[in-house]
Amino acid sequence: MPELPFPLPPLPTVQQVVFVGIALLTVVGSLAVVLARNLFHSALGLVAAFFGAAGVYIIAEAEFIGVSQVLVYVGAISTLITFAIMLTRGMMFGATSPRNRQSGTAAIITSLTFIVLMALMNGINWPEASEPIVDGQAIIAGLGRAFVTEYIIPFELLALLLLVALAGAIVLAKDRN
Amino acid sequence: MNWSDALIQMQYNLGAPQELSWLVQGITYFVGAFILANAALVLALVLIWITRKVISRIQDRIGPNRLGPFGLFQTIADAMKLLSKEDINPTSADTISYQIAPVLSVVGVIMALAVIPFGAGLIGADLNVGVLYLVALGSIGIMAALMAGWGSNNKYALLAGFRVVAQLLSYEIPMVLAMLAPVLLVNTMRMQELAQAQSLFIGPINLGIGWFVFLLPGAFLIYFISALAEGEQTPFDLLEAESELVAGFHIEYSGMKFAMFFLAQFLNSFFLGAIAVALFLGGWQGPFAGQIPLLGPIYFMAKTFFIYVVIQWIKGTFPRMRVDQMMQFAWKVLVPLVLTLILVQMVVMKLPLPGWINSLLVLVANIGVFIAVLNIMGSYFRREMVRTKRSFEPKSLIGTMQPVNTSSGD
Repeated sequence: MPELPFPLPPLPTVQQVVFVGIALLTVVGSLAVVLARNLFHSALGLVAAFFGAAGVYIIAEAEFIGVSQVLVYVGAISTLITFAIMLTRGMMFGATSPRNRQSGTAAIITSLTFIVLMALMNGINWPEASEPIVDGQAIIAGLGRAFVTEYIIPFELLALLLLVALAGAIVLAKDRN
Repeated sequence: MNWSDALIQMQYNLGAPQELSWLVQGITYFVGAFILANAALVLALVLIWITRKVISRIQDRIGPNRLGPFGLFQTIADAMKLLSKEDINPTSADTISYQIAPVLSVVGVIMALAVIPFGAGLIGADLNVGVLYLVALGSIGIMAALMAGWGSNNKYALLAGFRVVAQLLSYEIPMVLAMLAPVLLVNTMRMQELAQAQSLFIGPINLGIGWFVFLLPGAFLIYFISALAEGEQTPFDLLEAESELVAGFHIEYSGMKFAMFFLAQFLNSFFLGAIAVALFLGGWQGPFAGQIPLLGPIYFMAKTFFIYVVIQWIKGTFPRMRVDQMMQFAWKVLVPLVLTLILVQMVVMKLPLPGWINSLLVLVANIGVFIAVLNIMGSYFRREMVRTKRSFEPKSLIGTMQPVNTSSGD
């Protein structure tokens, strides 16, 4: 193998570069959610932030959670939010502004939350990454097994909640006559 | 051997330094993605040509035959025409959504190429969540439709956007559940392992015809019908019902931006066929594909093009469904049937029986669902035919008519 003619500067790893891109996407998307003057642009910013979160999961080699994030949050929840915005806020007749006069209060609360979260995260002794999962197969099977053994009650309760929501939606949408 | 490993090895053999392994890998994946994405665009030209030829033959026409051999270059001329058209931006459109939506619709479709197994070791990225990844990509198309519909600032575009999103969301459920059937059989979501599992060994020789469609015909039928709706093909092509609606959510788009939606639709129906091939029709498996690796991609492409031609055949012969009929068919027929199917398969596969009895029970359940879907569709179309004929009869004769003979063929 040929020697390089010059010493390479310490480069950031590819993972770090990709992470910066994903973090930018998430932060810009989140800022758009809060700052956009148009409610639909806020919804689009939310979608971008969801994609960024999925990217973080994928960098952390949790592909299943990352793809599920896209499927559930981008595919279902943001579509739902967009529909709700479009159908309720009169979006067809011009832009509506989501601004109100509570930005000062909101800034105080969010910065306090941020400080608490930072303090908590600095206090945790993060465990070293354990040995990598062999080919990532076990994560889905393990997750499924945990759902029907250890976490069976929360799992069933969630299913019940979804059923109640479904029945409620049908009752609300039913013709009153 | 995997294509990426081979390409990385080739670069090292050409003298790439080991310290730059990140660059070598980056180049490798860039080359792979570049080739695949551009091949998809060239493929679209062929797909449009096939559509026009097949539909022409069904309608007793010849189709494009002037430009190039068999009219093959007609699509290139059409693309040039679209490129040269004026790019109109509506003044009151929402610029961001309006400009991003066409790109996003193509991106969401082309991303599917990453996990399609063209041959042994010939797959972009063999993700361990390959099937789920394909499902998640659908949400990008939904976002694109919403952004185009809303961004155009046109009430017809917005209504069409809502309609398309409702269609895509409804048919995603039976499609995903039908895709679950082969995943449950093999216990993996890797596309490559799914393709490998569809071999059929007699002794040491791999016949390569252990396709899941023989074991899961019901799941395949439901997947195929849902894929027609997901790809916005006839009988579910309410997106571009030229004879009935102005157009879909792309009404305000012109020139190349319109062509992007067009491209996305053609590629999407092809890739949905490719997924059907990978999950149900054996992928790259076929006679002697194990001995001669070159046969793998040929088998895969042949099967996919066959599915594509079948889709065009349906396009040329089926009437279009109304939007309420479409929704009823998804929620009242496909979803309950596929839920039953998956439930039966899950229970059967856990029964402590010999493997072949389990397979037989799954097959029986699938055949039952297959017949049920065909029966419901058949009786529905017969009823509709009687209804349409009656509506053309004089009002004074209503009530005195005998049931119409449905075998007259007109």
